[in-house]
Amino acid sequence: MKKTIITVVGKDTVGIIARVCTYLAENQINILDISQTIVQGFFNMMMIVDTNLTDKDFGVIVDELNALGGEIGVDIKCQKEEIFDQMHRI
Amino acid sequence: MINLFEVAETNEMIAKENLDVRTITLGISLLDCVDSDLAKVNDRVYQKITTVAKDLVKTGEAIEKEFGIPIVNKRISVTPMALVGGAACKSKEDFVTLAKTLDRAAAEVGVNLIGGYSALVSKGMTKADEMLIRSIPEALHATERVCSSVNLGSTKTGINMDGVRLMGDIIKETAFISREQDSADCMKLVVFCNAPDDNPFMAGAFHGVTEADAVINVGVSGPGVVKTALQKVRGENFEVLCETIKKTAFKVTRVGQLVAQEASRMLGIPFGIVDLSLAPTPAIGDSVADILCEIGLEYAGAPGTTAALALLNDQVKKGGVMASSYVGGLSGAFIPVSEDQGMIDAVAAGALTIEKLEAMTCVCSVGLDMLAIPGDTPNTTIAGIIADEMAIGMVNQKTTAVRIIPAIGKGVGDKVEFGGLFGYAPVMPVNGFSCEAFVNRGGRIPAPIHSFKN
Repeated sequence: MKKTIITVVGKDTVGIIARVCTYLAENQINILDISQTIVQGFFNMMMIVDTNLTDKDFGVIVDELNALGGEIGVDIKCQKEEIFDQMHRI
Repeated sequence: MINLFEVAETNEMIAKENLDVRTITLGISLLDCVDSDLAKVNDRVYQKITTVAKDLVKTGEAIEKEFGIPIVNKRISVTPMALVGGAACKSKEDFVTLAKTLDRAAAEVGVNLIGGYSALVSKGMTKADEMLIRSIPEALHATERVCSSVNLGSTKTGINMDGVRLMGDIIKETAFISREQDSADCMKLVVFCNAPDDNPFMAGAFHGVTEADAVINVGVSGPGVVKTALQKVRGENFEVLCETIKKTAFKVTRVGQLVAQEASRMLGIPFGIVDLSLAPTPAIGDSVADILCEIGLEYAGAPGTTAALALLNDQVKKGGVMASSYVGGLSGAFIPVSEDQGMIDAVAAGALTIEKLEAMTCVCSVGLDMLAIPGDTPNTTIAGIIADEMAIGMVNQKTTAVRIIPAIGKGVGDKVEFGGLFGYAPVMPVNGFSCEAFVNRGGRIPAPIHSFKN
């Protein structure tokens, strides 16, 4: 299974996780793991998700999540896991 | 499993430290386009490039989205055109038609540069080689995207001094024909010693005859990432310094390897090499000279610069080699003047001269790159500068190059503007003593003794 990493970074506000999770649920994207911290009022979340069931193109998900981030006022990135694996694991 | 810290580190490199993949370069062999009929050659060249590369830009953009990493350039390199056009071209003008065809094909598939308007004349020139070389000024001026390179020497063959002398004239002519645009055509023309067959970087990329039909080569970049990593170890000893560069180079190169493999898979074209180069851009924080300053120099060019660059280049290779299954191309730190704000500042401050740059090219990738000299510099002096650089490459068994811009109508203190990734360059003073009698001797310099290894 190829995994995808979603990162959300920005000023903390009510309902960030709810909005992101709603989008994922609507698009059949399964969440495998969530880690989240708040440092000095800044919201920092990483999700590991499985995009195998969604029928949307990866590029479309990237754009839609980016747009959703714009609405909430946070920065949302969606990247395939390999880039992190390659960089941080031998 | 990947953790939040690691994800944040990678994304920080991309967002704040200018980590990017500088180029995916698709090498295409045009040897099967050879014919004695010029119209047929032009047609086949156009068809082959637009067929093989039709999905290159789209694929590059898809990979950018998948991994969230910018891929700055998608480019094409082709078989040296002196070989492709040799049977058909009877004049300079015939070769120019091939350049125009390359330009059209590049525009059609949406790449910004296409390399391979080249001749390999390290020992001698065929008639076709000489015709192509003489057509370079016109070919570059009549096209937008075509890049040209000429290999003038190698450790195995010595230096073709007839070629060197001719290129002194050609570079000047190229500058003159584009004098209205700050002699900008010269930035698309480079001469080499020991030119590699698989270099993905322009202007010197061509698809060597030792290569397969098509191949994907990737050039990574990341001076900003290295500099940021070094900021955290200020004042530490050389061991810590070197380890930090090595680890950072490993991470940067892994991204290149991933992108190369993914591009190769998506396009169905074999992966060739990753070029482990630190390639700067004029963007603030994307400078190799800034790394040298971070290592401990007031400006690039200060005493200690050559040593600092030598260790930087070596550590980048040591870190990068393990990160990629195949390493090739130029692989080292680039030190172009105009494309690196730190280098421009060093020239402006009087810290960096052509002579110091020449010393620096002994220990790093490539050579005298993107530097402007006064427009009235004699052709023989340009040939002399080239000969010096070729000698460094020949004796040290490394690639060296010269991409120099005689700024027509300008002198020391003026500057030339190229725009975009090419930046701007202050005109640098050149040693005024003559080497005319030397370069006019004719013939070639024999290969050095240590080339006889059989």
